[in-house]
Amino acid sequence: MTAIASAIPATLVRSRSDRRRSIVDRTFRVLCLVAAIICVVPLFAVIAYVAINGAGALSLDLLTKAPRALGIGGGAAAAILGSIQMVLVAAVLAIPAGILAAIYVSEFGGRRSATVIRFAADVLVGIPSILMGIFVFTFLVLPFKQYNAFAGSVALALLMIPVIMRTTEEMIRLVPKDLPEAALALGVPAWRTILSIVLRTGLTGVLTGVMLAIARAAGETAPLLFTALGSRLINVGDFAKPMDALPIFIYVNARQPYDALNAQAWGAALLLLLFVLTVNILVRARTLGRRPR
Amino acid sequence: MTTLRRPNGLRGGSTSRLPDRVMKAGSGLFAGGVVALVVAIGLMLAVSSRVTWSTFGLSFVTGTDWDPVASIYGALPFIVGTLVTSLLALLLAAPIGLLTAIFLAELAPRRVALPLSFLVELLAAIPSVVIGLWGVFVLSPVLRGTVEDWVTHTLGTVVPFFAGPTFGVGIFAAGVILAIMILPTIVAISREVITAVPLSQREAMLALGATRWETVTKVVLPYAASGIVGAVILGLGRALGETMAVTMVIGNKTQVPTRLFDQGQTISSQIATTFNEASIGLQTSSLIALGLVLLVMTIGLNVVARLLVRRVAGDGVGMATGG
Repeated sequence: MTAIASAIPATLVRSRSDRRRSIVDRTFRVLCLVAAIICVVPLFAVIAYVAINGAGALSLDLLTKAPRALGIGGGAAAAILGSIQMVLVAAVLAIPAGILAAIYVSEFGGRRSATVIRFAADVLVGIPSILMGIFVFTFLVLPFKQYNAFAGSVALALLMIPVIMRTTEEMIRLVPKDLPEAALALGVPAWRTILSIVLRTGLTGVLTGVMLAIARAAGETAPLLFTALGSRLINVGDFAKPMDALPIFIYVNARQPYDALNAQAWGAALLLLLFVLTVNILVRARTLGRRPR
Repeated sequence: MTTLRRPNGLRGGSTSRLPDRVMKAGSGLFAGGVVALVVAIGLMLAVSSRVTWSTFGLSFVTGTDWDPVASIYGALPFIVGTLVTSLLALLLAAPIGLLTAIFLAELAPRRVALPLSFLVELLAAIPSVVIGLWGVFVLSPVLRGTVEDWVTHTLGTVVPFFAGPTFGVGIFAAGVILAIMILPTIVAISREVITAVPLSQREAMLALGATRWETVTKVVLPYAASGIVGAVILGLGRALGETMAVTMVIGNKTQVPTRLFDQGQTISSQIATTFNEASIGLQTSSLIALGLVLLVMTIGLNVVARLLVRRVAGDGVGMATGG
């Protein structure tokens, strides 16, 4: 198609108005190209600066030590461990919930209830994540008068559920209908058909959605500010107490007036970015070009 | 073909057995939970902010002072901050995003368009706090030394809106950061609605001897117009609620901004920076009232945007990038 398009102006450039049209067209094409280049500049700029500044800050201390109780020094170990724990618990909460909701919408729900639920999930995705932080704060922090890691996990989970639900649902929709029909015709019960045929067939797709949701949750800061709060202590397993996370660590240290702490923020940003980009590249590279998105 | 499809999933199949009913009820619980969650968030914000609404009424929205010491709370500085930064972001991101979407959908060969869309998607995946970090230490100083310096010394000498002083961090930097963050949303969804325009429409134009520019402006864009507007509004919705990156580059000063390079505060950045230290009572209630204002703004925009996008490209479009 582009071949045809580029052939046309060449044959049309005859009169003055045709020349003008051709110039407009070419300017337009160049502008589009320039815009596309502008779009990817920030990506490379962010990655480059994080890589350079972060690599300079990476050290054994950053990976293995908690922040000093007072003053400057220590590392991001509390944040790294906290992020891993809270995101894992959030995933454990959100994955079954999201998948079950998707199963209901695509297999059991009537047309009208499915529309309402889908719409609610869309609205939920659009709600600013900081409001989710306030929401969970009211129910899981205020009554106990204690910021706690569990509240952080719940806030992250609530953000993950609609994402997992919608991607799972899309994958279920891609499963050829004759597979479950064949199973049902053979007398396999519906629940078994859904688990062993529908979900099994769409498993890679479901995993894709889950991994992307995890990567996003790992980078969320706002919902953790009023729930897990952050902490200077290494907290392993005590979800009733505050816990640090990499995004909080980055935010807090970026605001300190000390170069050494700013450097730690860059180091932590490099770790976080490495994780998020690796997941995204691996997952999306598989699905690249399968569906225009 | 459609007669062979299950009209509504497995409904009407063998769902009479007990395990089937358990699964239906169990999954229905979570699906209903999604709806309940949306309602619960709205209700919670309304209930927890009732002290503010009963104290100030609607003048909370128009009040310009936010003074915890005097117990006076007005939301206008943050509402204006939110709107100005988001509109600025839109002004920058909408044209660039639309041109990029046209490039990806209409002009670029597949082997260029695919990796390029991939890169734009990656931009959306970068955590907000990392973009904020870059914004504070890299982008703001650069903006101050170039654009802000230049504008204040030229336009700024005539129009007060463009006058200094400049800080680097502020409304303008926040707008630029937001523009970067909503570009992927605008590009991805515009591209989808443009792709949804029937090929025959373009072919007819090209067969008549039209250039690409004429094809795009006279056929493709009019056809996809409402979807593109939807994409832009979805981007706006994202800009309104974006928290961390904005908090880090806006300067965190409670004032109604009157100049482009002023420091300011958005609704979400005000909540992020002061919620933990707020005293329970009127101050917390007022911050939650701010949250309610933000919720109403974003939900309203999202609903309108999705209806517009759906009109052009059908159900389920733009989900993965919608957040």
